[in-house]
Amino acid sequence: MSEIHGSSINNLNGDVSESRLPPGIVHIGRSLVALAFAFAVGAVVMLIIGRNPIEAYSALITSSVGDKFSFGETLENTTPLIFTGLTLTMGFQARLFNLGAEGQLLMGALTAAYVGVSFSAPAPIHVAVALLAGAIVGGLWSGIAGILLAFRGVHEVISTIMLNFVAFFFINYMVTGPMKEVTELDIPQTARIAKSAMLPRIFLPSRLSAGFIVALFTAVAVWWLVMKTPLGYELRAVGRNPDAARQAGIRPRRITVLVMVLSGSIAGLGGAVIMTGLFQRYQQGLNPGFGFTAIAVALLGRNTIPGVILAAFLFGVLAQGARGMQTIADVPTDTILMIQALVIFFVSTPHLLSLFRRRKAAVAAEAEV
Amino acid sequence: MPVTPVVEMRGITKVFPLVVANDQVDLEVYPGEILGLLGENGAGKSVLMSILYGLLQPTSGEIRIDGKAVEFDSAHDAIAQGIGMVHQHFMLVPPLTVVENIVLGAEPQRSGGRLDMETAARQVAELSQKHGLEVDLQAKVEDIPVGMAQRVEILKAIYRRARVLVLDEPTAVLTPQEVEGLYSIMRSLADAGVPVIFITHKLHELIGVCDRITVMRRGKVIGSVDTADATPPLLAEMMVGREVILQIDKSPAEPTDTVLTVDSLTIDAADRDLTLLDGISFEVKAGEIVGVAGIAGNGQDELLDALSGLRSPTSGTISLRGTDITATDRRQRIRSGISMIPQDRQREGLILSFTIADNIVLGEHRTTRFSSRLKRKFEAISAYARKLMEAFDVRANDETVLVSNLSGGNQQKVVVAREMSRDTKLLIAAQPTRGVDVGAIEFIHRNIVDMRDQGAAVLLVSTELDEVMQLSDRILVLFRGRIIGEVAGADASLETVGLWMAGHREVAT
Amino acid sequence: MELLGAILSTATIAAMIRSATPLTLAAMGGIFSERGGVINIALEGIMLTGAFTAVLFSTIGASIGLPAGASAMLGVAAAVIFGLAIALIHAYFSITLRVNQLVSGVAINMLAFGITGLLLQLIFNVTGNSPAAPDMKPMPIPFLADIPVLGPILFQHQPIVYVMFLAVPFSAFLIKSTPYGLRLRAAGDKPAAIDTVGVDVHRIRYIGVGLSGVFAGLAGAYLSLGQLNFFSEGMTSGRGFIALAAVIFGNWRPWQAFGAALLFGFSDAVQIALQNAGMSVPSDFLLMAPYVVTLIALAGFIKKAVPPAAIGQPYPAEEPI
Repeated sequence: MSEIHGSSINNLNGDVSESRLPPGIVHIGRSLVALAFAFAVGAVVMLIIGRNPIEAYSALITSSVGDKFSFGETLENTTPLIFTGLTLTMGFQARLFNLGAEGQLLMGALTAAYVGVSFSAPAPIHVAVALLAGAIVGGLWSGIAGILLAFRGVHEVISTIMLNFVAFFFINYMVTGPMKEVTELDIPQTARIAKSAMLPRIFLPSRLSAGFIVALFTAVAVWWLVMKTPLGYELRAVGRNPDAARQAGIRPRRITVLVMVLSGSIAGLGGAVIMTGLFQRYQQGLNPGFGFTAIAVALLGRNTIPGVILAAFLFGVLAQGARGMQTIADVPTDTILMIQALVIFFVSTPHLLSLFRRRKAAVAAEAEV
Repeated sequence: MPVTPVVEMRGITKVFPLVVANDQVDLEVYPGEILGLLGENGAGKSVLMSILYGLLQPTSGEIRIDGKAVEFDSAHDAIAQGIGMVHQHFMLVPPLTVVENIVLGAEPQRSGGRLDMETAARQVAELSQKHGLEVDLQAKVEDIPVGMAQRVEILKAIYRRARVLVLDEPTAVLTPQEVEGLYSIMRSLADAGVPVIFITHKLHELIGVCDRITVMRRGKVIGSVDTADATPPLLAEMMVGREVILQIDKSPAEPTDTVLTVDSLTIDAADRDLTLLDGISFEVKAGEIVGVAGIAGNGQDELLDALSGLRSPTSGTISLRGTDITATDRRQRIRSGISMIPQDRQREGLILSFTIADNIVLGEHRTTRFSSRLKRKFEAISAYARKLMEAFDVRANDETVLVSNLSGGNQQKVVVAREMSRDTKLLIAAQPTRGVDVGAIEFIHRNIVDMRDQGAAVLLVSTELDEVMQLSDRILVLFRGRIIGEVAGADASLETVGLWMAGHREVAT
Repeated sequence: MELLGAILSTATIAAMIRSATPLTLAAMGGIFSERGGVINIALEGIMLTGAFTAVLFSTIGASIGLPAGASAMLGVAAAVIFGLAIALIHAYFSITLRVNQLVSGVAINMLAFGITGLLLQLIFNVTGNSPAAPDMKPMPIPFLADIPVLGPILFQHQPIVYVMFLAVPFSAFLIKSTPYGLRLRAAGDKPAAIDTVGVDVHRIRYIGVGLSGVFAGLAGAYLSLGQLNFFSEGMTSGRGFIALAAVIFGNWRPWQAFGAALLFGFSDAVQIALQNAGMSVPSDFLLMAPYVVTLIALAGFIKKAVPPAAIGQPYPAEEPI
């Protein structure tokens, strides 16, 4: 059995949280320190390239939460990150690293586009079916990795990376081939989904859709599942010690597959939400990177559900504010990507502060000699 | 004129944040001798040897080699000074060959920085012949038997010109024949000028092999005796600090119905042509304790896995109260009343990063008592956990403490509490007292006997012969996957059972 | 039939070699890192960094008046050095700080993507593609290049391709026949075994990860200065992951990984040939082929790929007190 969990994750966050909710002060503190470090380094970079970090960061804030429109757009950016962050967190709870959230999300989005274009039904049913179908396909896609891990011992990180690329090319094929909208313009995209398959916009003039509510509901559901149900107990047990779980009559293979399916279905639902709520048609090259940002979200959120929501919002702010930063303070949007990477580094470095303290102590000791 | 010791450790003290692992320890090894280092688990033997091997640095104290003080910052330094060590868990790289493993880190080279495996093989072959350490040079370590792997480890040390060799619990994994072979290797090494430090917690092993025995207890050296003067009772008393054989107070068994029936159980290795368990049959009745004695690796693991439902046998049947349960899995067996104290609590028995409460309900977490379909009953779980902590004397602030923060004895009590508080028809207790303190041992033994008296069938599987002798109403001895002998607990003598364990018997049946 | 002829032409085979070059180089790097026990999904980011710094320094070379060839060489040298530097960041986080190796790899990829994009904008003042820089020119090998069929396939390439041809036997030699290789393999399978004979596990692993940076940096330089003459944002477009797939498909062994890279390069070359022949639809399936094949291989349906036993685990396993 240890073989299939040979893939289990070590030293993630130093510890994958024993998430007592709400998250402990220590976790919040560590996340805040990591954020502070990342933004500080970002500021240094801005100074080096001759930009004004204060101006940049205030532009970031005002253009993301400064008015009703921006705030709504920020929440719209937050929505898919909540889904993919939950995907990662769900996996982490069972010590599974689902790097395939991106592919699962896009497969969900494509499915929702298909349902939205190809069928007709009354409004609430049509959109519900689109969301459900997206979740199912996302779950199945991720389930492939679950089965490969449980029964063939294939490391889920490798398989989900590979599945991401398979998904990209498959989607590309569908969007340029069978699902392409037949028009004279020959644009590689699907037709627009039916009105009945669209999620309502709830915060005009922004494009924030009811998908945000779906995201929050999903978060509560995942929290309940993981922390309150016997299944959640089992998946945490398998993640922490598969041998002991097996000894207790839990079936680790089954749990592994189930966790991959469930976590993938969350990503698939997220994809369906952005399709029915925001994009409304699948255009070639849709590659928003939500699945990868989700790693930062899950780590920064310390794998707790409230943490994930907060972290997703933060990255929503960054995504929305980046453009404002570029136009107002002339700081390229790629800076945000860099800060995001730094957040991942810092938040996953154990004892970030003590690291510096230790070094200082070493320097001091040397000075004494 | 006194002989200078090859290795001398003076006043070694090692303090960890919460414990003093070594307290002013003195130890010396003379040329040509085999020194036994005896002590219970946790007595500080391993820490002391890690210090000698440079893996740990002492808080205070001094090491001398040939009378000269040395300091080891790493294993590298210790090796350079001629310290060789065979760890309890082998430090070999499975996919590499025997020769590659032996020369690793000290490889002979040709011009251009190339490995010179021919020279390596020649040198190793010479050493191997000289000391009678028979190994298959070109085999991969993953394919060789345990006994040979141990010889590879010894060669590794000698290849590095070890001047003293430390063997940490070397017999735990060996068959009796291999043990005899090891002893003669040790003697040959000592005679050839490489003294040996033989670490063990089994006192019977030392007499007859060692020249001198040093005993440790609770981080201190209690004393050293020449083997000629040593008797088992004396060593035992030095080791545990009082007369060791605590005869547990139990009434004769009153067995009733047959609970467990094992019939012709056979398990073949999945990856090798090897029969691990060879058609064994036995019964356990309600109200009796059946002990399975044997040296580790004689089929105990397979028997336990088969009984708990983690491994399906190649052939044969297992029945519980007359119902064939061979095909059922672990989950169903828990439900049918089989409780299991696994041999390695940290690996199989507990989820260390869970709370005591969550560990107490492990296995029963889906019962209606502790959970509905969508929500676990947290209050019932906590109340139950508190009750069991009280009953089994688990020492912690409350039931929300993480099990990883408990001592070994308390961890084991959590497992014991859980497994003994179910509606148990059959209790399988594997190494129930491994690595726990004497107080906890008595407590756990008491509970096992009580369990029997309340009408449960108990199967005790232990490599500690003393434990089997004290608790069992009947004793079965496993040797190479077979039951080589059976005797009533009251009639068993240490000598007979010990001989059976070593395979000295015309195979029964 | 004509189509088949076009696919199996000398030109396609030569294209296969070209496509396989960055994959092979990065795969050799991946092998060094992973045989030592450090998962390297940062290959993508290291390649991207190499691709960018190659163009940047080639441009700098040209601007200070170096001849085109020397500028390109400067670019390649810079790619190797920066590749090494990025890899050492990965090494520092995953070996010294014991950060999860996957997490560190993901962060490196993001960082590389962000920084190259940022610098592209700051230095070249463009987004998307950089201006043209002096590139690597083909260097036909005298006599050999004139051999029919084999000449065009093997001996009319840029220097980096020849380096790639040498890199495979070099890697195989280093891993199989030198003390370092033996120790590297031990570090990836059972680090405690070399630690207890006094070899520094971290040092062995650092060198392995460092080599991955050198090779992946070179692979990146080939993408920007070998195949093209400019940098384009995110131009590696998954090649680092295909290289990783080649490592796995090649069972962490240099020659086998080279074979896998050739196979993947072939599917890429065929895809291009088909596209040129005006058949665009199946190209997506050819592009996904490396990933699918690797999944199948991992699942053991072809032959089971067995990773080093201690891969992904920091050493020592427990945090030191």
